[in-house]
Amino acid sequence: MKDLILRYAARLYYWKNLNNNIGKINSYMNSKAFALYLKDFRSELRTRYAVNSLAMFIIVAISVILFSIGNEKIPESLTGGLFWVVIFFSAMSGLARAFVSEEERGTSLTLQLIASPSTVFTGKLLFNLILVFLMNIVIAILYSALFEEFVIRSFALFLLTFVLSNIGLAVSSTIIAAIISKAGSKGTLYPVLSFPILLPLILTSVELTSNCMLGTTFDESKVLLAVILCYDVIMLTASYMLFDFIWKD
Amino acid sequence: MSDYILKADSVAKNFGRRLIFRGINFEFSENGVYGISGPNGSGKSTLVKIIAGLSSPSEGKITHIHNNNEIISEKLHNYIGFVSPYLVLYEEFSAWENLEFFAHIRDVTFNKGKIETLLNDFLLYERRDDLVKTYSSGMKQRMKFIFALMHSPNLVILDEPTSNLDEEGKNTVYKIVEREGKENIVIVASNERSDLALCGETILLEKFKQ
Repeated sequence: MKDLILRYAARLYYWKNLNNNIGKINSYMNSKAFALYLKDFRSELRTRYAVNSLAMFIIVAISVILFSIGNEKIPESLTGGLFWVVIFFSAMSGLARAFVSEEERGTSLTLQLIASPSTVFTGKLLFNLILVFLMNIVIAILYSALFEEFVIRSFALFLLTFVLSNIGLAVSSTIIAAIISKAGSKGTLYPVLSFPILLPLILTSVELTSNCMLGTTFDESKVLLAVILCYDVIMLTASYMLFDFIWKD
Repeated sequence: MSDYILKADSVAKNFGRRLIFRGINFEFSENGVYGISGPNGSGKSTLVKIIAGLSSPSEGKITHIHNNNEIISEKLHNYIGFVSPYLVLYEEFSAWENLEFFAHIRDVTFNKGKIETLLNDFLLYERRDDLVKTYSSGMKQRMKFIFALMHSPNLVILDEPTSNLDEEGKNTVYKIVEREGKENIVIVASNERSDLALCGETILLEKFKQ
């Protein structure tokens, strides 16, 4: 009987907490940043500005690699590197849209008049995070299907690497997009400016992907994981601190 | 006496070595319509952008006070309604969708009654569900007024408010400006005599070139 009461109390506590958490999620969903994200999402559905260019780039990049390899066998370490090359250049082709499209259409001023800089950055970051995750999931599925050598032996480690790297990629791409949207030659400046900023992230991610393919344990890769985690935290903090200055004239 | 005070202390703006204006001082504490005038290139748009917090002055400071509390720049957008020729709305959305998004992003209640009244005032009610890209330049200009007034701002800034408008549109704008001037502080930046005729006090920017 005592066990039954305790179990019932535990379940009640669980549901109460769950309801509180749902309430928190709802209040977040109602927030200004989420409204801005929804605006961008619906705008993307209508204009297909980023999705089309990302999809085309992913298909073209993977096809070029497949054609250039032909029937040859490539080393596993090279497959992991090429995986991140496709991700880097795909990100360069579509993620700048978050701010560049606002600047090109002349709607930046409108955004400045309806939201604070932190709201704008959070909304745009949310949009880029979802776009990066969707893009990289598609790349990972295509890559696994088309390259026999791309075999992940430590799946949990790969998942963690994938999540942390995607967060870093989205944060860096968003702040770089904000910087270049104010510049004249936007198209060429984006990959040029992104390369040095994303280099530590890409190099660490390539190393970690190789470890995943070799089947190494978490303990052996924890230093590299800490590097990516630090990169994410530093980029996120620096971005929020810098954005005010970038956003206003 | 208004619950909103707008103060400028020795405001100056340079673009590189080129001086646009300097030494601008004013304090608007009464409800009413105030004008900013000057020839092309005198810095009317630059000054209204500085007042709205969209651009920083090279020297001096603009202070916004509401109910005796200084408004921080993060919150300033909630107090300001802004109309200008270089303001662009989202053309892939309808007028109604644009206004809904703006209300949600501002985190203010989407007051359907007020929006419908504004759409009727500016003769856009019948076209509210059409995409903004299908609007004429005059309709887009009228739409900007709805955007500026939908959240009941304390300070309304109108940069060249009657550009692209026909006589009927101008008359509607003048009526709204007079009405808003009784309840809030309205700033009109223009060269048009008919626009400036509404203003009680006007700042002539030519005087601030030296």
